[in-house]
Amino acid sequence: MRKLSRLRRRKITAPALLLLALVIVGNAYAFIGATVTTPGATASNARSTMVTEGREIFLRGCSSCHGLNAEGGGVAPSLVGVGAASVDFQVGTGRMPMADMSVQAIRKPSRYTAAETAALAEYVASLAPGPAIPGAAQLTFERDGNTAEGGELFRTNCAMCHNAAGQGGALTQGKQAPSLMGVEPRHIYEAMITGPQSMPVFGDKAITPQEKLSIIKWIKSVENEKGLGGASLGKVGPVTEGLMGWVGGIGLLIAISVWLATKSR
Amino acid sequence: MKPARERVAGSVANFVDERVGAAKFLKKNLNKVFPDHWSFMLGEIALYSFIILLLSGTFLTFWFVPSQEELIYNGSYVPLKGIQMSAAYASTLDISFDIRGGMLMRQVHHWAALLFLAAMVAHLMRVFFTGAFRKPRELNWILGVGLLTLGIVEGFLGYSLPDDLLSGTGIRIAEAILQAIPVVGTYAAFFAFGGAFPGLVFIPRIYTVHVLLIPGIILGLITVHLMLVWYQKHTQYPGPGRTEKNVVGYPLMPVYMAKAGGFFFIVFGVTAFLGAVASINPIWVFGPYTPTQISAGSQPDWYMGWLDGLVRMSPPLESYIFNHTISWNILIPGLIVPGIMFTGMALWPFIEAWATGDKREHNLLDRPRNAPTRTAVGVMSLTFTVVALINGGNDIIATHFSFTINQIMWATRISIFVLPPLSYVITKRICLALQRADRDLVLHGRETGRLVMLPHGEFVEIHEELSPEEAWTRTSHEQLAPIPAAGIDANGVRANGVLKDRIRARISKGILQEQIAKPTAKEKLELGDGHH
Repeated sequence: MRKLSRLRRRKITAPALLLLALVIVGNAYAFIGATVTTPGATASNARSTMVTEGREIFLRGCSSCHGLNAEGGGVAPSLVGVGAASVDFQVGTGRMPMADMSVQAIRKPSRYTAAETAALAEYVASLAPGPAIPGAAQLTFERDGNTAEGGELFRTNCAMCHNAAGQGGALTQGKQAPSLMGVEPRHIYEAMITGPQSMPVFGDKAITPQEKLSIIKWIKSVENEKGLGGASLGKVGPVTEGLMGWVGGIGLLIAISVWLATKSR
Repeated sequence: MKPARERVAGSVANFVDERVGAAKFLKKNLNKVFPDHWSFMLGEIALYSFIILLLSGTFLTFWFVPSQEELIYNGSYVPLKGIQMSAAYASTLDISFDIRGGMLMRQVHHWAALLFLAAMVAHLMRVFFTGAFRKPRELNWILGVGLLTLGIVEGFLGYSLPDDLLSGTGIRIAEAILQAIPVVGTYAAFFAFGGAFPGLVFIPRIYTVHVLLIPGIILGLITVHLMLVWYQKHTQYPGPGRTEKNVVGYPLMPVYMAKAGGFFFIVFGVTAFLGAVASINPIWVFGPYTPTQISAGSQPDWYMGWLDGLVRMSPPLESYIFNHTISWNILIPGLIVPGIMFTGMALWPFIEAWATGDKREHNLLDRPRNAPTRTAVGVMSLTFTVVALINGGNDIIATHFSFTINQIMWATRISIFVLPPLSYVITKRICLALQRADRDLVLHGRETGRLVMLPHGEFVEIHEELSPEEAWTRTSHEQLAPIPAAGIDANGVRANGVLKDRIRARISKGILQEQIAKPTAKEKLELGDGHH
């Protein structure tokens, strides 16, 4: 013990101990890391292949606006940290790449296959952590959603832009909230967690994952609702009804009046 | 032997007379003659759709609960099950989904309301453009303007009753317009809503007004409106044999009884067809009203749409005077402009009589081209309203025709000042051109397209003379001269201080100076046999 306490007072002791600690921690870290990755080595390899593929697609199709390292530029935002969900939404719905530099990217057939989109998403996700693509296990809206609750949440949070029936609506300067009819449940979910374009982000604290499923279930119920009360006239309210009233209503009756008042020749 | 149709009226009168002793009255009235023209049936459409409104509306009152008490919905429309809503909204859902025939009746009622207003507007245009409002029918014109105003209010209250998200939004805007009245507005709004918006009393109150007060007044006014038509007799279009002192047409019994009866069923049929195949005001889509919610693309029905359009295009003007905020942005488009329009409309017969100096009775209608200024004023007002109506639907037009909402707003802001005067000028020119075309037609006949070579080699086109009836229709109208400026004596010396007369002479000159002189018999004779 005496020997040890004498050793403690040597000048070399503190740096030596520090070095020893660093070596132990470093080795331990490497060892633990290796033990974690070893079982999934193939998955990891596949992922890194996807990242490489994604990066290639990115360099060809996206980097002219978003920059060679997705750092963004004058016309396009940085993609560092937007997450895989954002890429899956923007590319999967055909919004990216944009058709032109107008105020808003519009939905169109996707330029990339599902595999290419996944690779792109993997690449962007590899840059920095961000919202992940919701998997099938998360999108159990049929089982976990509540239609009526979803409707209430939709009217409170979404209807002011997307219209009470999800038919879409106009925003300022040519921007618009698109119609939600026929949109993939996954894309609706991704839009809520990433807030594309003019849309705000609805984080899990504002609208819980279960509530998000309710909203999706309600949107699907509106989409599948049969024409209650007859032809829906676009579900856009009194504008088309007024048009119908003048053309198919009074217009038809005037035509009949003209016919009734025509003298037989 | 009298014609068969006169005998029918006689025998009906005889049947009633043998029982209640009213043969003379009945025979006179059943034989009353009405002129025949499609445009005289527009008012009928309004009358019949009002009857349909009364019938379908009565059905709806059996189940509608005019209450803002909150309850939890447990009806058969699943997407709203378990949602808190007012009894008014829940009962409207019940009418739509749980009452047999309720959906059809609701839709028939709403379509009939759109038709009622559209028919009144179409009828008003016919009466205006043909000058049917002139003496002695000015009072009936004013009744008509009153009916239109009441119809608009009644329609608005009607679609406000279900207490859905869209109607609540409309009531909120109505409250804002009420509040915009300077000084008393806030108090008036508190009075109407029994406190702060939305309160619990507004729906029950407007229910009473919607089902009792306004329909009662409309019914009374329609009765007087029709009695005046009966008493003053119907106007007729000019034509051979038609004068200011007769009415050419068919007797009420049996011709018009049959025609009008049949036409009622046609109007009913069209309304029922629309109610059966086309959804209108799908309140279940909008959800129950909550002041914290709003839907994109919220619109009023079309007859309120032009007002909404005016409010939407108004720049944000406000003044703060003596501790009172005056919201010009609501006050001007929501109250002042419609006030001017409806007052001007009601007073138009008197304005026109004063300006033209024509205070005689008129039972023959004008062809719109022969009153170019009136026609131009009418088209100008319509243009104004339609531009406003387009802006009322700006968000729907923006999304469906790929415009930006800002483009539409600025286009209508500019158009509302530019297009009405432009349409005035263009309409007036078109009317004068049509007068000129009439004149040519009467003087030179119709171009037949047949070319004939005369013996000396000249080619001429054969012009076919108009029939005397056609020529009469085109020339029977009278053309007034402008009122001379009063106070000018034979020596051309102007008396002092008759500013009013001078203004009137000026206006009258504007209205009447520019017209194409209709051809005279002398001109016709001088031209010889038409072709030249």
